[in-house]
Amino acid sequence: MIQARVLIRPKEGILDAQGKAVEGALPALGFSGIEHVRIGRIVELEADSTDQLEELCEKLLANPLIEDYEIETVSG
Amino acid sequence: MKWGVLQFPGSCDERDALNACQIAATALGSEGGSGSLPRLVWHEETDLSDVDGIVVPGGFSYGDYLRAGAIARFSPAMTAVAEFAAAGGPVLGICNGFQVLCESGLLPGALLTNEKTRFICRQGELIVGEAQSPFLSGYEAGQRISIPFKHQSGRFFAPADLLEEIESNNQVAFRYAPGQNPNGSLNDIAGVTNEAGNVIGLMPHPEHAVEAFAGSTDGLALFQGPAIAATGAVA
Repeated sequence: MIQARVLIRPKEGILDAQGKAVEGALPALGFSGIEHVRIGRIVELEADSTDQLEELCEKLLANPLIEDYEIETVSG
Repeated sequence: MKWGVLQFPGSCDERDALNACQIAATALGSEGGSGSLPRLVWHEETDLSDVDGIVVPGGFSYGDYLRAGAIARFSPAMTAVAEFAAAGGPVLGICNGFQVLCESGLLPGALLTNEKTRFICRQGELIVGEAQSPFLSGYEAGQRISIPFKHQSGRFFAPADLLEEIESNNQVAFRYAPGQNPNGSLNDIAGVTNEAGNVIGLMPHPEHAVEAFAGSTDGLALFQGPAIAATGAVA
């Protein structure tokens, strides 16, 4: 089995409300000098081959209108 | 006209939608016995031949894991709804249903987490858009209506070229009234139609505004729209 990791992030230029909320909380927690916080997600999976991963990302794991993705093959 | 209301695991507004469909039919005098009573359509069903219109209701289909509406899109019932829509059948998506229709590609755009990340639950006002849709035949373009806003991922987004297309094709069904955009939606868009106009989706909840006790009945016309368009009946 191939181990793959898909990194999904909000497209550049789209307001990331979660990232903004985290960023807004930082000063109150004593963190300074940190900005442009953006939150995405990682999907780890195992697959027989990498053939379908691109399609899987386009159709399900990411919404190409609002998200970019990168597929990393960990081993295999 | 007989409505089918989809029910996914995690739907929660399907009973109100069913009620709205029933009241709409009764108000138009087209209830016509049990044969035209609206019914729930379980997400595993694929035969929609007995219904004339579909509502994809609000809630949290399949837990809204991954993204709101992303998994519901692959349900057997949604494959049937896509065929139904392609044949010109009227399809209404409300809240999570709007998200599902966008994820399915039946409607343009996407719904993102509200600008302020908060869950919004309050009465608000919409302006009816210029879109040509049977669902809007009970309204006048520019009419101001009052219905509940109730969502956390309702920020309408489309890339610039798609947004331009939506606007120039007159596919905006509803906008938040000036100063009432609750979530950062682009161009104050609260609801859109497909190009043909037979598929419509909106974030606010017309099914919660069909009886006087709820404070507004402005949502009722949306459920009456397709029957009005088909028969020329007056709301």
